[in-house]
Amino acid sequence: MHASVRPAVSVNIPPTVTSAATRETPSALTMRMTISKVNFYYGSKQTLFDISMGIATSKITALIGPSGCGKSTLLRTLNRMYETVRGARLEGEILLDGQNILAQDVTSLRRRVGMVFQRPNPFPKSIFDNVAYGLKINNSKAPIADSVEKSLRHAALWDEVKDHLHKSAYELSGGQQQRLCIARALAVEPEVLLLDEPCSALDPISTAKIEELLVRLKDLCTIVTVTHNMQQAARISDFTAFLLIGQLIEFSPTPQLFTKPGDPRTEAYITGRFG
Amino acid sequence: MNPRLRWRKFVSNFMLTLTGVCAVVTVSVLFFILGYLVFHGGTSISWNFFTKLPAPVGETGGGMANAILGSAKLLLLASLLGVPIGFFGAIYLAEFSGSTMAFVVRYAADLLNGVPSIVIGIFAYGLVVLPFKHFSTLAGGFALGLMMIPITLRSTEEFLRAVPDALREGAMALGASKWKTIATIIVPAAYRGILTAILLAFARVAGETAPLLFTAFGNRFWSPGWNQPTASLPVMIFTYAIAPYEDWHRQAWAAGLVLLGLILVINIVARAILSRGIAVPRA
Repeated sequence: MHASVRPAVSVNIPPTVTSAATRETPSALTMRMTISKVNFYYGSKQTLFDISMGIATSKITALIGPSGCGKSTLLRTLNRMYETVRGARLEGEILLDGQNILAQDVTSLRRRVGMVFQRPNPFPKSIFDNVAYGLKINNSKAPIADSVEKSLRHAALWDEVKDHLHKSAYELSGGQQQRLCIARALAVEPEVLLLDEPCSALDPISTAKIEELLVRLKDLCTIVTVTHNMQQAARISDFTAFLLIGQLIEFSPTPQLFTKPGDPRTEAYITGRFG
Repeated sequence: MNPRLRWRKFVSNFMLTLTGVCAVVTVSVLFFILGYLVFHGGTSISWNFFTKLPAPVGETGGGMANAILGSAKLLLLASLLGVPIGFFGAIYLAEFSGSTMAFVVRYAADLLNGVPSIVIGIFAYGLVVLPFKHFSTLAGGFALGLMMIPITLRSTEEFLRAVPDALREGAMALGASKWKTIATIIVPAAYRGILTAILLAFARVAGETAPLLFTAFGNRFWSPGWNQPTASLPVMIFTYAIAPYEDWHRQAWAAGLVLLGLILVINIVARAILSRGIAVPRA
């Protein structure tokens, strides 16, 4: 756990960004993850170009950009989920607490970097067994029932499900299922939680609940979320990265990116001129 | 009503009736067969039928206990051979193989499925009966097991592939290895389908006669162990049905009834088991 302490500017400003505003970034932040010079290919098609940025500890980092810009791909490099796709290849370096994730055992990496997907994907098991799954496969020594309760409380789902933990997870509503998936990911106590458009399949009320939840979870773990929804990024994130056709156009503290964007393309996107 | 509309209504009613009749025929064939078997064989079913050896020619009575046990042993062997190979082969196909490999194996399995059962019988005869120099339960079970492989493999693969990728990703994102994911998420999510597939394969070979004619052969007595010719229900039905004795004909009907009854019972029990647990909802 020796995360390198360094000025955020040194890692999170891509060469294309020369905005004066970015210098207002707090000069010292702990970086949970550091992405440097990442290029990514599906077969011969390159989808990420020379991306460098930092993921600040206990903050929410949002990745925004139009469809196909590579934000989900970038997210999936952080827990190496891209490896399930044949022909996917990554160049560059991604550090978690100063250690290269590409050199680590992938299963232990994914225990430290959890993930929640676009559509809720509970397992065909009971609510309890869904949350307990990660603990069981990792032979956790922790008392499972306690961990399950704690995770469900963190995911703001406990009060709704505590009386029927042994019912099928599919009996929950979509929003509840997504919070169950968050609880499932939290149960193994990850250092980083990745969310891939976690609210895109949900109604506004469920979305609001999840947003609230994420803001509260910051103390527990570092969060990286991909979102299609700029308002959502503005509401919940501390840092926002704007990607366009595989390139990191701008990466700044969220208020700054949305009020004083440093790149005309960022401005065009956030004001709705494309995307 | 103009003629065109009248015609359309007529066609609509005609087709509705036709499809309805076909649906009813499908169901009634099963009940007709069952009724026919009960009608002809019901009187010969008694406690003796399940506990006694076949009576010598000319004597009435006797049973088919040896054939019932023989069929059970043959099916046990067949399942021991066919189910694991089909099941694990399907896991490889659905979860690990590349598309070329999968295509080749699938194609081969379909061809194997289409091989006439009598040919499977000859193959088992050449491979197991000739070297051992006698017919045996082992040879019969081997022939039936070969037939179970492609049926189990193909349908198991289909059901594994039907498990949504979202579940695979969900498990792997929690740090589950590929094997853990398969064992703890994918197979449990597909187990109803897989069990149904295995049962279908089982029911299919339970009634096979041709591959047993020159592998398990037949036996009018008990067949201890695995290394001797054995009686089986389908072969008994065949032998008794073409014999010139009225009493044997009735017993053949009864054997048919017992065979069908066993398969129905297994099916119903399995479905009762299947209806428990949590299923993945269809998208």
